Amino acid sequence: MSVIETQSLTYAYPGTRKQSLRDVTLTIERGEFAILTGPSGCGKTTLCRCFNGLIPHFYAGELKGNLKVADLSVNEHTIGEMAKRVGLVFQNPENQLFALSVEKDVAFGLENLGMPREQMQERVDWALEMTGIEDLRERAPHELSGGQQQRVAIASVLAMQPEIIVFDEPTSFLDPLGAQKIFEVISHLNKKLGITVILVEHRLDLAARYAGHVIIMDEGKIVLDGEPRDIFNSEQAWLLGVGIPKAVRLWRLLEENGVVLKGIPINSDEAVQYLKEVLWRR
Amino acid sequence: MATIEAKDIHFTYPTGVEALEGVSLTVKDGEFVAIMGQNGAGKTTLVKNFNGLLRPNKGEVLVDGISTRDVSVAKLARTVGFVFQNPDHQLFSETVEEEIAFALRNFGFDEATIEKRVRWALNLLDLTEYRKTSPFMLSGGERKRVALASVLAWDPKVVILDEPTIGQDHRQKENLRQFIVQLNEQGKTVVIVTHDVEFVAECNPRVVLMREGKIVADGVAKRILTDTTLALEASIVPPQIAQIFGGLTFLGLPSDVIDVSEAKRVLVEHLRGSRR
Repeated sequence: MSVIETQSLTYAYPGTRKQSLRDVTLTIERGEFAILTGPSGCGKTTLCRCFNGLIPHFYAGELKGNLKVADLSVNEHTIGEMAKRVGLVFQNPENQLFALSVEKDVAFGLENLGMPREQMQERVDWALEMTGIEDLRERAPHELSGGQQQRVAIASVLAMQPEIIVFDEPTSFLDPLGAQKIFEVISHLNKKLGITVILVEHRLDLAARYAGHVIIMDEGKIVLDGEPRDIFNSEQAWLLGVGIPKAVRLWRLLEENGVVLKGIPINSDEAVQYLKEVLWRR
Repeated sequence: MATIEAKDIHFTYPTGVEALEGVSLTVKDGEFVAIMGQNGAGKTTLVKNFNGLLRPNKGEVLVDGISTRDVSVAKLARTVGFVFQNPDHQLFSETVEEEIAFALRNFGFDEATIEKRVRWALNLLDLTEYRKTSPFMLSGGERKRVALASVLAWDPKVVILDEPTIGQDHRQKENLRQFIVQLNEQGKTVVIVTHDVEFVAECNPRVVLMREGKIVADGVAKRILTDTTLALEASIVPPQIAQIFGGLTFLGLPSDVIDVSEAKRVLVEHLRGSRR
């Protein structure tokens, strides 16, 4: 069952002639973990802004084509209605947090919905538990590390129990270990809660292992759409210069030198396994 | 010659946060150093001490043998250029051209030289077509290049780049890498602060690893990024190639391989050698 369906989506920001989205047709199934990538300015962020109604309701401009998100037609529903279904987590958590305690930040969206106090407390507890930050409840967000802050931002979005969460380069400000933990939290939400994840990311080395679906955009269009292994093996992905994982790059260099592995490894574990087989066989 | 010498420096922010707790480090003329480590380890604080943006509470920083306490930031900037993590903290002019010319004017260059330098910097960073454009009309990646151009224009001997790869796509990153390596080969001292292990793995600079206001390791990237104990301590995840080789050591392969081309070479040679 699809949770996002776009048909021939075309959009230009007000006052510009250039179309930021050109004839975008895409289906994302419920419960998928999809990576959306492509060169800077390719339209990734613009497309994500459509998913929660920021386009066309906030940015204005005319959105042509059809877009259905969580069974709602985006043109006919407000940002407020969309926000309950689609959560957004940004690059820099500092831009998203503002309350005096973690707990208050996580409760903020629920307060706006006018949720009864007890139910709200339950939701906050649950969101903190799911993101592994129960111990940070009383802390001030601005005193936390970048990785902790990003988990608070995720908890605040999660508390709304959205069906879909869009993560826009959520780890680029984080140290590598912090980044890895964030990807694990995201993967956990996807696997355990069935939340549909759309991850906008350049650093595929870190993210590819979690995804079942990769979408590559260029100049407002979708140019590749499929399973990670097929995408990374396509000539077009290499020509576009997207961040193909090092394991895949190594596989290709080895093939060119007559060393054939049994498959395309998309992460280090797979690469180790395939290489062992070749090295043992010799 | 431009050497930076930090001697047991301590720095505490007015809020009471102790960001540096005794750091000693020498960056020699023409070196390429990457400063890495967890969020809040003190990396940015340290490099801000290199050009007098911050001055140590204890200890001292010498730039070419002169303490940063005895020189103005404006004068130090002539030797040590600083490119901020967020270009918006740096850009303010109405056009890209004015942005690049601004510092040159402050340093008192004559108009003919300014024009020459502006043209050179625009060309260097592929920005010529945006000469008359407002920096704020440009994309994040382009604004970052403007910030870099405006610093390189006055030709500082040392260039410090704070998180240069954030917000850059794969191709821009590759261009940036080649650019930085080239600058360094031409004799410039380059210091980058970064979390990007894959980027560092491809550059193979000297790596200084920080944790909680102190330096915990210092050496070539190959050694530091493949030391799993060290990495964990400083919140670093080894680059993908290092992870792969880490899983193959029992087969007699070296563990200190971090970039793809070397990985290929080592594996192909290993397989050929064993067939003989």
